[in-house]
Amino acid sequence: MSPEMIRLLLQATGDTLAMVAVAACLGTLFGLPLGIFLATSRRGELLAAPWLNGILGLVVNATRSTPFIILVVAIIPFTRLIAGTSIGLWAATVPLTVAATPFIARLVEAAIREVDSGLVEAARAFGAGPLTIIRKVLIPEALPGILLGLTLAVVSLLGYSAMVGAVGGGGLGDLGIRYGYQRFRPEMMLAVVVVLIVLVQAVQTIGERFAARLNRRVRRA
Amino acid sequence: MRVQVQRVRCVSSVHHDSPGDAVPPPPEVLIRFEQVAKTYVTRDGVDVSALSGIDLSVAAGSVLGVIGRSGAGKSSLIRLINGLERPSAGTIKVGDAEVSSLDERALRHVRRRIGMIFQHFNLLSSRTVSGNIALPLEIEGRGRAASRARVGELLALTGLEDQRDRYPAELSGGQKQRVGIARALATGPSVLLSDEATSALDPETTRSILALLRRINRELGLTIVLITHEMSVIRAVADRVAVLEAGRIVEQGDVFEVFTRPQAEITRTLLAGEMGLALPAGLRAEIDTQPIPGGTAVLRIAFRGAHASDPIIARLARETGIEANILSGTVDEIAGQPFGSLTVGLPAGPDVVGRARAFLDAHGLVSDLLGYLPARSVEARRVA
Ligand SMILES: Nc1ncnc2c1ncn2[C@@H]1O[C@H](COP(=O)(O)OP(=O)(O)OP(=O)(O)O)[C@@H](O)[C@H]1O
Ligand SMILES: [Mg+2]
Repeated sequence: MSPEMIRLLLQATGDTLAMVAVAACLGTLFGLPLGIFLATSRRGELLAAPWLNGILGLVVNATRSTPFIILVVAIIPFTRLIAGTSIGLWAATVPLTVAATPFIARLVEAAIREVDSGLVEAARAFGAGPLTIIRKVLIPEALPGILLGLTLAVVSLLGYSAMVGAVGGGGLGDLGIRYGYQRFRPEMMLAVVVVLIVLVQAVQTIGERFAARLNRRVRRA
Repeated sequence: MRVQVQRVRCVSSVHHDSPGDAVPPPPEVLIRFEQVAKTYVTRDGVDVSALSGIDLSVAAGSVLGVIGRSGAGKSSLIRLINGLERPSAGTIKVGDAEVSSLDERALRHVRRRIGMIFQHFNLLSSRTVSGNIALPLEIEGRGRAASRARVGELLALTGLEDQRDRYPAELSGGQKQRVGIARALATGPSVLLSDEATSALDPETTRSILALLRRINRELGLTIVLITHEMSVIRAVADRVAVLEAGRIVEQGDVFEVFTRPQAEITRTLLAGEMGLALPAGLRAEIDTQPIPGGTAVLRIAFRGAHASDPIIARLARETGIEANILSGTVDEIAGQPFGSLTVGLPAGPDVVGRARAFLDAHGLVSDLLGYLPARSVEARRVA
């Protein structure tokens, strides 16, 4: 590969990482509280609000069932409102965040619901209110599960980020399509795929390692 | 329902006004249920009555054991005390607080004065032993330094100093329950609730946990309400016992009284294995409620207190000429008092049963006629 192509590859990798990092952070920022609320607002739970739970669940499902490429196009007005433009790297983080938030929320919800209800009961018996229980029991106990969920979300975002080339988002996917496919440079296509594989592998390994370190449920020598 | 007067009021009460009055004040009632009922409504709108007509009082500093079969309503009853469940009718008081009418916020403060331990321990897997014990202190908002000192005391009390930095997954069941107990005591409660705290433990560990509970009761003056389905647990720690069946208290009283003179059928059944009241399995199958010609009448004799070591069977033979045949027997101690139970076969003969029971009565012994056995069963047993 020519130095020019290596430069392009590095540039695209940086773009992808930036998009995914921003989307993952914002997605967590919105998705974490949403997931906690979804888990605790069901009937008979700590913050019981079945109606709101139902409505939020519907919105989350709707977003999640929309194919990402359609979502990107469908929310262009919203993207323009937030980012001031609908094309480019930063504009692309808007649909990525919109897709990541409900995904992360559902993963967080699942992790929280895995927490033994006996622990919530114990905390209630010691006089804890709902917010204390969420802070001191649910989040710490669900943390390994939440981390695994975030790992999964980041891996999915790496995949989604390939599609935002459609709105000029740049990044690895865009590079692979433009050079590898449209200009028929198979070595570029290969390089892009290899970099993506390495990234996914790295994210997965780091995420699992952190989750394992936090998980005290199993006995370790 | 018996009305007990709180100690504070007794001081000025007209009944106890003479200075040298020898009559001790009646024990202060710490927990009181009055006509409590609990009905759950399931998701399909079906009513499930879990408790009804519950009248119960627990004296400060005493240990009440609540026993009953699965589904009898034990957990419901204990959870009403700290307001984890709300009664459908009646009132529940803990000290001055009427928990049955407090709102959730006010309840939280009452709960900090009521510790609770659980069958499955319910420890946070993400926290060390020390961290788990500190949880109620954090909930209460106690400062870090004060909290650390308190955790140290509790580790010492429960013998967990060496485990302080371990995680629950690295502990045995008995150690986990000790952490549970230490955590329940962290805020210095006056009441400890125990929901089947030893049901997941082996007999040896159960004994040590029960001994710890008893020590806490004695040394800290804690009032304990514990529920169980095992009479052995009641016997090891309780002062009083309430027997629950299908949501009602069918019997309650001092442990020794209830163990030695069980009234309700369910109590007898629950006691059967525990007290050696059961017949040996081989005989149980053959016993008949109707007299059998030439057969043996089977009598169970309960020995209470000093009688437990009397050679009563020898005296029965000497004084009445009735040669009773011992089928099974145990001597035990209940609530610190000796208690024995002997199952004997009486030979056939005119009015043997009547005379034997009259003799036992005269010696203050309670006997029960269990039924009749064909003579050969008893013979076979004697040879073996
Ligand atoms: N949340 C609930 N909703 C509906 N029914 C309930 C609920 N909790 C308990 N029950 C019912 O109330 C009755 C008493 O239950 P409870 O848990 O108090 O019994 P228990 O004596 O503690 O039994 P176990 O020894 O099995 O723990 C049972 O019939 C049970 O099915
Ligand atoms: Mg129960």
